[in-house]
Parts: sequence; structure tokens; C-alpha cells
Amino acid sequence: MNQLLSVGVDGVIYSAWLFTAALGLTLIYGVMKIVNVTHGSFYALGAYAGASITGAWLARGYPPMLSYAVLLGSALLVTLVVAPLIERAILRFMYAKDEVVILLITYALFLILEDVIKLVWGVNPYFIAEPYALLGSFSVAGLAYPTYNLILVALALVAGLGLAWILHSTRVGKLLLAVIHDPEISRAMGINVDRYYLVTFTFGSLLAALAGAYTAPTVSVVPGLGVEIIVLSFAVVVIGGLGSLPGAALGAVIVGVVRSLSVHYMPQVELFVIYFVMAMVLAFRPRGLFSLAEPRRI
Amino acid sequence: MKKLVVALVAAALAPVAAAQNVKIGVVTFLSGPAAAPFGVPAKNAAEFVVEALNAGKGPAPYTKRGFGGAAIEVVMLDEAGSTTTQVTEFRNLVQRANVDLVIGYVSSGNCLAIAPVAEELKKLVNFFDCGTPRIFEDGSYEYVFRTSPTATMDSVGAALYVKDAKPGVKSIAGINQNYAWGQDSWGDFELAMKMLVPSVETKTSQMPKLFAGQYNAEISALMSAKPDVIHSSFWNGDLEALILQGGPRGLMKQSLTILTTGETAMHKLGAQIPDGTVLGARGPFGPYAPNNAYNKWFHGGYVGKYKEEPNYASYQMAQAFLGVKLAWEKAQDASGGKRPTNEQVAAALKGSTFEGPGGTVRMAIGKGHQAIMETAYGQTRMAGGKLTVVNVKRYPAEQVNPPEGVKSSDWIKSGFKAK
Repeated sequence: MNQLLSVGVDGVIYSAWLFTAALGLTLIYGVMKIVNVTHGSFYALGAYAGASITGAWLARGYPPMLSYAVLLGSALLVTLVVAPLIERAILRFMYAKDEVVILLITYALFLILEDVIKLVWGVNPYFIAEPYALLGSFSVAGLAYPTYNLILVALALVAGLGLAWILHSTRVGKLLLAVIHDPEISRAMGINVDRYYLVTFTFGSLLAALAGAYTAPTVSVVPGLGVEIIVLSFAVVVIGGLGSLPGAALGAVIVGVVRSLSVHYMPQVELFVIYFVMAMVLAFRPRGLFSLAEPRRI
Repeated sequence: MKKLVVALVAAALAPVAAAQNVKIGVVTFLSGPAAAPFGVPAKNAAEFVVEALNAGKGPAPYTKRGFGGAAIEVVMLDEAGSTTTQVTEFRNLVQRANVDLVIGYVSSGNCLAIAPVAEELKKLVNFFDCGTPRIFEDGSYEYVFRTSPTATMDSVGAALYVKDAKPGVKSIAGINQNYAWGQDSWGDFELAMKMLVPSVETKTSQMPKLFAGQYNAEISALMSAKPDVIHSSFWNGDLEALILQGGPRGLMKQSLTILTTGETAMHKLGAQIPDGTVLGARGPFGPYAPNNAYNKWFHGGYVGKYKEEPNYASYQMAQAFLGVKLAWEKAQDASGGKRPTNEQVAAALKGSTFEGPGGTVRMAIGKGHQAIMETAYGQTRMAGGKLTVVNVKRYPAEQVNPPEGVKSSDWIKSGFKAK
């Protein structure tokens, strides 16, 4: 029973982290039909900005409790500088091209940003351990868990529920849904689709940067950080259905719980189990669990 | 006018002098996840050693300028990329850059792929860091050497330390990366523990994906299993993430945790590593290096140049240069002062013994191509705001390395029998 409890807690923590990271990816695909590989770069940029700015904050002796706000500010800062630049300077000229071409363009940007990160931050690791231990621990089934993990869970809930609220309960969200459904008709109806694309790309990238920034206190921030997350995020959104918000949530929970179960009960299959689940889902529902029927255009 | 003539003569002679340089290809990770813990510290060490040797400022017997009086010229190459890329780059180094010899390679996969190509091209290669014992156990080479010990030494040394530090150990568990390095390290450690303490029970063996980064579930599984000892050969960000995530949860307090490459995180993480954690340095390097003239020269010079501590990869690179330098000069002396061929240098390096900043290196196994050294482990203790190692135990080379002609796994299975 105790072990099942810890499987649950570990699964929830992992799912929350994964959901925050994958949410922006599914949002950008849903609105812009871009399989955005630079999502991993924004995760890494968020982690680097979070680690370096928060590290500087703590080194100067400023209040450690505010470091959580500094992490948020770091993610905002780096995203607001880089994401609009990429969208306005490069991506907006590519929207007419095939999805595969745009995927390759974002992959090229991902590689470029990896080198930019090395140019700016070098190859040595960055650490900010204080925020992880600052809030103390809570105990479940006799095991201690840093309370910081609850921030990750809260971040996932706020991001997911907030985005759902924006999409379904605000005017902006309803206009965005119109853009998702048909950009051409939306443009004809007077909606500034380009602006929605810019805002969507920036907001989606911000979610990745936030995931990176709030992961920074738990890891060593090193080059290549964005590679692993992009693979896992793709697995999550593919399981849930590309572009689906509830799909991303369910995908993250499935991946988190299945991984946790395998780590506790069959560690030898941990490496393969996530991709096995993905393969099974795709075998029976090739467009993911929450895929919607697409209208024929002609 | 006189100065001008001297300058013109020097300029005219420059190509001749350059042609006499010893051109060495140095291959290590300059990008990617292995750059920070291994690649860059090794590159720094190579640069420091070459600079010092070219200035004739090495400790005796390394006082002669460069290699046998010829300046060393380094062609630095990034090890990042696929094994296929590395083989292509190696061919380029040999056939286009015309290097005299190559010192390099961190990845065991790259070492295994490069060895037969070096043999085919008849080019001397000294692997400075990679750990797999398979290179000289599964193959026989004339031009290939490794002046650092194999990973077998790390695992056997770790098991011996556990037995000494925790008498009556009943159970072990592992968390290692799911690829050759992690699996081999855990396999050797588990087997060595079962030979040393036959009643020991393996509680769990966690094998997360390389660079997974998130280990909450693995830490929970390890803590639930409550083993006496936890073994990990994690490196780079994975090692640091394990320390950052496991420390606050009390993982290292609950079980004696042995991190076989932990020394690379020691100077970076400091206070985050709980007291009592066992750190390895893949040999007598870093905090375990002897207080000899070579270490004073290397450590002092490195810290002076880079304002940071050298780690074990730096030490391994330094001794790789020193071993080849000594062999080069021995071969040069034997050929009456003429520039030695690769064959002559290989013959001189084979079976040789030399001193370095990590102590005595003996090319004693792998038909004289593979080094053995003593090893050491110790436990962390924070003292005066600085992380130190205490309870250091040293194990002689013969106790932690298989004898000549015996495979590592067979040697462990035999109960560490001498031949």
C-alpha cells in the first residue's frame, strides 16, 4: 500500500512537470499547425535564464523566498525577447509552406539556439539548489518529498486550467478557437490572425520556458537540456492527440504513472515503457486519444 | 639592420621549424553534455601541459622541450557526434592533417571504433579516459594504448571500499545510466560485491535513460528498498541532478552512497553533497592524487592558469601526454637522436612505467598497452566551508586490476585470483 502511494505521488510530480513542458507544444500545434522543435530550446533558455538570474539574486543576498518570483520573471524575460523575434523574423514567412518544411525550419532553429546558449552561458553547468530545499519537505508513505514539488504541480494546474479558461470563457479565446478552426475565414471576418499567431507562439514558448525555469533548481543546467524534454513532450502530445489540451493532460498522466509504476515494480523496462504505451495508442488510435474528426476542406 | 636580418632568417626558417614540430591530434568533447565534466577540463589540461612542455618547464624527467626537443603542435578536435563521425574525423586527422599521433577519446564506444582504424592506418593512439576493458581484452593492437586504468578498477575498488567502510553489509542497490557504461559498472560492482560478501542481497537496480534528469521515482524506489549501500556511476548533469534531488530527501543519509565519478561534481556542488557520501575519481586523481613533484607541478599550474581545480579527466589527459613524451624521447635516444617512427614510440611505450601527477602508471596489462594504477575512495565531509574527503582508503593496482591475460569479468568471477 505504501509503495502504491509513493507510485502515485511520484507519478503526479512527473506528470505535472511533463504537462507544463508539453502544454505549449500542443497549443502551438493546435493553433499554428507547427510541430515546433524550438520548444526544447525555450525550455533550455528558461532553465538557463532561471538558473543564472536567480543565482545572481541569491548571491547578492536578496530574500530567498522571492527566488520563486525571480524564476517566473526570468522565464518571462527570456521568452519576450526571443520568441517574438523568431516568430516575426523567420516563422511568419514560412506559414504558407508545408508542415514538414516548417518542422525542419524549427529543427534548424533548435540547433542554432543550442549554439547560442553555449555562446552566452558556456558549457559549464549552472546550479541553484536553494529554492528546492527552502520550503522543507512533506512525508508520504514514510518517504520525504521536497515541498517544492508542489509548486510544480500548482504550476501545471494553473497553466492547464488557465489556458482552458482563456480558450473557452474569454472573447480572445473564442476568437482564437475561430482561428484554429479556419484561419482563412477568420481573416475574412476581420480577425488579425498574424497577431494571434505571434501571441500563441510567444505564450506557448513561455510555457516551455516556465517549465525549464522551475525545473532548474532540481537539476544541473547543462548544454543539451532541451533535447530530452522535446522527445518526452512529443510522446505526451502524440498520445493525447496533437493540438488537444485535455489530450496533453491525459498523455502526461499516462506517461507519468506508467513510468512511476515501472520504476517501482519493473525498473528493467523503464526505458521502453513510455514508447511502448505511445506505440499501443497509435496502433489503435493513430491520431491520439483525443483527436477530433477534421472537416474536409473540399 | 641586424635585427631585420635576424627576423628574415627566422621567417625563412619558420616552415622548416614547423615541419619539425610534433603534431598531436587531441580529441575530446568540446560540446554536448560530456564537455563540462570531462571534455573541457581535459582540453585545459592538454593546453597547460603542452604550454609547459614547450617551454621546457616540466618536472624531471620531463624537462626536455616539447617531445625530444621538438615543439608540440596541437590539433584540437571535438568528440561530439556519432561514432561514424569520429572515425571519419580520425581518418582526416591522420590522412589530411598529418598528425604524428593522437591522444584522446572519452567515450568507450568511440575508443572501440577508433582502435581498429588506428591499427589499419598504423597511427599511434593513446586513449586518455574511456573506461571499457574490452579494447585490449577483445583485441590485440600494436599502435593503440591507454595510459588510464579501466572501469573495472572503479567497480572493484568501490566494492572493496564498501566492504571496509560498512562491515556486515547485507544489501545493495544501484542507480546507473541505461547504456554500456552504466550497465558494465553496475554489473562489475554487483559481481564484485557478491564475491566479497556472498550473502549480500540486491534490492533494486535502477537503470534510467541517459540524461533523463528527473529521478524522483527512482529515489523513492531506492529509499523504499532501504539498501545498506547504493552504487551509482552517474556522470555529468545526471550525477548532479541525483545529488540535488536525492540530498534533500535524505537518500545519502539513509544508505551509504558510492558515486564512482563523484569527484567531478565535488568542486561544483560542494555543500549540496551530504557528508558521508563516498566519492570516486576513477583512480588516484584530484583529492586522492599523491603529494609528489608531478602533482605539485600540474595542480599548481592548472589552478594558476584556470582558477579552478583540475578533475580526474584533467589528470588523465596530463598523464597521457607525459607517458607518450617519455616513450617518444626513449625511442629518439635509441635511434641516435633521429625523429622516432610510430613503431619505435609504440615499442618504447609498451610495458613502460612512468610517474605522473596521479602517481605511478604501469603499462602492465593488455600486452603492455593498458595501464594499471592504484585507486582510492573516500567520504565527503564539509570542513571550514570546503568539501573535503576523509576516511580515504587506497587499493594497490594489483588488488583492483586483473592480471595480464585475464578478462576482467573472469577475474572477478574467479574471486580476484592472481593468474
